[in-house]
Amino acid sequence: MRKVTRWHVLLAVFVAALCVPASGVSAGSGLPTKIGKGEGKLNLIAWEGYTQGQWVKPFQKKTGCIVHAKYAGSSDEMVTLMRQGGGSQYDGVSASGDASLRLIYGHDVQAVNPKLIPDYKNFIPALKSPPHNTIKGVHYGISLQWGPNTLLWNTKKVKPAPTSWSAIYSKAYKGRITIPDNPIQIADAALYLSKAKPSLGIKDPYELNSTQFNAAISLLKKQKPLIKKYWALASDEIGLFKSGDAVIGASWPYQTNTLKADKVPVKDTIPKEGATGWADTWMMSAHAKHPNCMYKWMAWISTPKVQAQQAIFFGETPANTKACTWMNKLSPGSASLYHCGASKKYFNSIKFWKTPIANCGNGQNNCMDYTKWQQAWTEMKG
Amino acid sequence: MRTARVRFTGFFWRHRWAKALLLLAPPLLAFALVYLASLVALFLSSFWTVDPFTSEIRHAWNIDNYRQLWQGGAYHSIAFRTIGIAAAVTVADAILAFPLGYFMARIAGGRSRAFAFVAVLLPLWSSYLIRVYIWRLILDHNGVLNWTLQKIGLPAANIGYTNWAVWLIFTYIWLPFMILPVYGALERVPDSFLEASRDLGAGGWTTFRRVLLPLTLPGVIAGSIFTFSLTLGDYITPLLAGGASSQFIGNVVYDNINNQLTPFAAAFAAVPLAVMGVYLLIARRLGAFEAL
Amino acid sequence: MESRATRLALTVWSALVVLFLWIPLALIMVYAFNKSNVEGWPISGFTTHWFHAAWTSEVRTSLWLSVRVGLIATGLALVLGSMAAFGVARFRFFGREAVSFLLVLPIALPGIVTGIALNSAFVAGNINLSTWTIVTGHATFCVVVVYNNVLARLRRSSPSLIEASQDLGADGWQTFRFIVWPVLSTALVAGGLLAFALSFDEVIVTTFTAGAQNTLPLLILGYIRLGQQLPVVNVIAFAMILLTSIPVLLAQRLTRDTGVLRPGAAEVTEAVETAQATAY
Repeated sequence: MRKVTRWHVLLAVFVAALCVPASGVSAGSGLPTKIGKGEGKLNLIAWEGYTQGQWVKPFQKKTGCIVHAKYAGSSDEMVTLMRQGGGSQYDGVSASGDASLRLIYGHDVQAVNPKLIPDYKNFIPALKSPPHNTIKGVHYGISLQWGPNTLLWNTKKVKPAPTSWSAIYSKAYKGRITIPDNPIQIADAALYLSKAKPSLGIKDPYELNSTQFNAAISLLKKQKPLIKKYWALASDEIGLFKSGDAVIGASWPYQTNTLKADKVPVKDTIPKEGATGWADTWMMSAHAKHPNCMYKWMAWISTPKVQAQQAIFFGETPANTKACTWMNKLSPGSASLYHCGASKKYFNSIKFWKTPIANCGNGQNNCMDYTKWQQAWTEMKG
Repeated sequence: MRTARVRFTGFFWRHRWAKALLLLAPPLLAFALVYLASLVALFLSSFWTVDPFTSEIRHAWNIDNYRQLWQGGAYHSIAFRTIGIAAAVTVADAILAFPLGYFMARIAGGRSRAFAFVAVLLPLWSSYLIRVYIWRLILDHNGVLNWTLQKIGLPAANIGYTNWAVWLIFTYIWLPFMILPVYGALERVPDSFLEASRDLGAGGWTTFRRVLLPLTLPGVIAGSIFTFSLTLGDYITPLLAGGASSQFIGNVVYDNINNQLTPFAAAFAAVPLAVMGVYLLIARRLGAFEAL
Repeated sequence: MESRATRLALTVWSALVVLFLWIPLALIMVYAFNKSNVEGWPISGFTTHWFHAAWTSEVRTSLWLSVRVGLIATGLALVLGSMAAFGVARFRFFGREAVSFLLVLPIALPGIVTGIALNSAFVAGNINLSTWTIVTGHATFCVVVVYNNVLARLRRSSPSLIEASQDLGADGWQTFRFIVWPVLSTALVAGGLLAFALSFDEVIVTTFTAGAQNTLPLLILGYIRLGQQLPVVNVIAFAMILLTSIPVLLAQRLTRDTGVLRPGAAEVTEAVETAQATAY
């Protein structure tokens, strides 16, 4: 039998989704119009740091919904957890763009009514109905926070300051480079190639045909001997920079801030080729047992102060524009540090994570789907 | 009441099989239903694939997963790395443990033996994760090891985030699992055997090789089951302390579970399963189970 | 018997191995008092601040879950493990050898295999992951600890004791109360403690059998992952080393004092038994 891969899944559901209204999900129909009484409990899957006591405790006090959070280490893990035990285990998930579409097309999450989230109207326009959580006007979640993947370096050891992603493919820092251990990192290689080798014709780093894909993989294979460690966890990279085991790498702003707070001489930048990034969404399970608490949670997490707290804690940008003043109140200067209320141009310069599918967006189906990315990543690391 | 109890006891005394059945059936049934059934189901699922529409397992028999494992060169090196490091850890632990076991069994007095016991048992009981994590701190570029080496004028070791680090940490963590059975085996060798060997003119090395080692081998093998198997099935130490080329079978299995590719994960998990199956059968033949 | 040089070499080697085992633990204890939350070396100052900081509701919830899971799994293991041990020790039957082989599998096979096997079984059976699935996972490998401890004790105690008791007119309950229980109680306590310890520290199987709950090791893994609460991790480690020393010393003492059956050799043989059980 022919091997059945996920792109068949995605392709099939994608096609099915295009033929929607028939499948029963249409805007406005069947959505709740007010939030009922809380069920007293809320089970969440979250990125670590997304359910900190400083904003979970007041929420529990206010709503009586006791939060149980399970931390997931990757988007893949989030999808797996959401499907576990028929999908009724968890009420919600803080999905990034590379998980959200998989969850929507897998019917793992349900449509939500943004009118029940008072702060929704204050969101930056780009995150009101972004393509990673809104399909044909149907909202499958409430945007949360976003941020870029940056180039991080030790200012004492790396001179002059790098301006291009070429620095992490350069022999100059052999054995002192670190990049994330995540198949989606192939997109970073592709983004670099799109500028370094225009002949490949890479337009979108998540839509790669086999030639483009192989070029990215062979770049990563060449990079492998230069790598100290593929970091699986943010703390891995922080540790590597603190100890001096790594001096340059692909990073999140969170690491930069943590390192700076600990007086490690580091800086980060968005190199000239641009950057990939994440935009997270709180989504509600299709089989949520505590939907009212989940609505209350989405409303709470969208309020300016909580948005600001989380943005500062994790080092990312809130969706709610009203959060910026709160950020400066809580930690002076943090609003501009994390680009709060950033321009549309800055937002658009980031290539947000999305799930690679076979459909290249141009009517052709010759792109490499995410299963291929996962396999290639495992085999590249060896 | 009392007569009833006597009659009851009497029944089981006459029908011993009934008592045996009563005692053995609940644990073995529970065990078979929960554990063995899961194991068999897992093995069977490695011959299945994932349904394209529902992501559910499709029960159509094929060996595609194994074919992919066989063809992908990366999976071979991952398997060899895992088995190789597990073997290296076992050897290192045996070398570290044997003299200590000997000391505890034959040289130490009551007090120092008790001390050594606690010294071996306590690390075993402290958290596995914390022990991995502290080693990461020690082996860091700026860690205790390099600091010490620098103080005594030696060059930095820089083995953090390499396969050497993974090997060292596994050796550390599983060492007590080797010490205890080796000690048990050494303690059971009667003094008179060693005396006899010496009286017959054997030197220390010959006595070790011809008398002590054969008698204690089951203990060493019993210990090796743990050091080898625990290393073989781990993925957290390579994740936390490994470098760019430290993927273990466990890491690939874990990633594939997260990728919803359970059948493929099951197929790769069959490798350590098969290795351990063979290992256990050999261990049993060598009498290690008596020494456990 | 050994030459002086050999004895000296063995003693030095043993001391070095014990140091190798203990230096990292000592370091963890030092780090618990580190003033800075940066884990550099040498530590930057002394503080007991983290000891207050560690007692959060998150830590308490996880600790309580771990304790609960450990107790239930240990309870199950005590019942099932001693039943199996009695069956194997007292009766000869076809496949008796296989029982030991079978029961040792959850520990002898790689943890990840046990983990994903149980996980897929739960998923396939549409069983929600909960405290009970964690308990199930833990019980599978705790049974063997008790089984071995009890079996070792039964093998060394003579069955004629029971026969003698019956010949003297004791009924089953009396025999159990006055003969079997005194012989077994310490083996059960030692086995139970070890089973609890195994369960309390388990990560790999738990990762695959826990639902929305965090046991203490899962919480620690999370902390290490994000590097947010490392001082808290150090403090937990410190506390755990101190706390576990109580059952270790207790198990040591308990197994040492039971010289009823073979007076004289008791000290050593009982220690071996602890060793074997631990090795499982």
